[in-house]
Amino acid sequence: MASRIRIRAQLKGDGCEVKALMRHPMETGLRKDQLGETIPARFITAVKVTHNDKIVLDAFWGAAVSANPFLGMRFKGGSVGDVVKVSWLDNQGDTGEGETQIR
Amino acid sequence: MSSRQSAGVRRRAVLQMGSLLALASALPGRLWATVTRPQSAFEATAVEGVFADLGVTPARSDAIIFSVPDIAENGAVVPVKIEVDDEMLPNVSKVYVIVEKNPNPLAAVFAIPEGTQPYVETRVKVAQTCELFAVAEAEGQLYMASKETKVTLGGCGG
Repeated sequence: MASRIRIRAQLKGDGCEVKALMRHPMETGLRKDQLGETIPARFITAVKVTHNDKIVLDAFWGAAVSANPFLGMRFKGGSVGDVVKVSWLDNQGDTGEGETQIR
Repeated sequence: MSSRQSAGVRRRAVLQMGSLLALASALPGRLWATVTRPQSAFEATAVEGVFADLGVTPARSDAIIFSVPDIAENGAVVPVKIEVDDEMLPNVSKVYVIVEKNPNPLAAVFAIPEGTQPYVETRVKVAQTCELFAVAEAEGQLYMASKETKVTLGGCGG
């Protein structure tokens, strides 16, 4: 499951810009399939971004975030080679994570 | 083989969920993140409900730069960008994204620790043409900006 997040971290101004694309269906639990059965809710509830193990963003999401969610954020500082990690947790207890180095 | 396997996986998933739920009820919101998920605000079914849960209707502020398309061709993927002017409104600790006419208007909350810029981008589902709100919390006070998006194709699919 490690490859489920694509991340890019790039120095910008006096900080670092992080862009992450996660693979996740983000099912609301309100949709029905062709048989009229409700498709169970399955969505990311929390996302964490760390810079060299220090938390730089904690996000909480509802089912209204689009499928295959995109997250963009910026933190101050950072230098080339630092590790930026993004991880998520969904309402079914599933998790995903990915990391990259600042360039 | 696959059906036996998937039954096992399902059972495991159910068990895992059970233990997670037990943990979650023991430590509300503290399970995974360092900040608490505002669960009841996420469950509110109207914007007023979200504001009531946050304790106050936020004051409008020009410090919040809220970028949303005027027309969203696909309501399932509406890009939103929120940036707060540091000098006009310093020490932003949280940013909320609210979609007025969604079944649960609160879409996302971002906790911004010190050292992180008050800048977030994501994509949200917008069920129908309505107002989107960006709320910023700074030093215990709430501020907001809003913008209408016209949706030509709904965000909730079939």
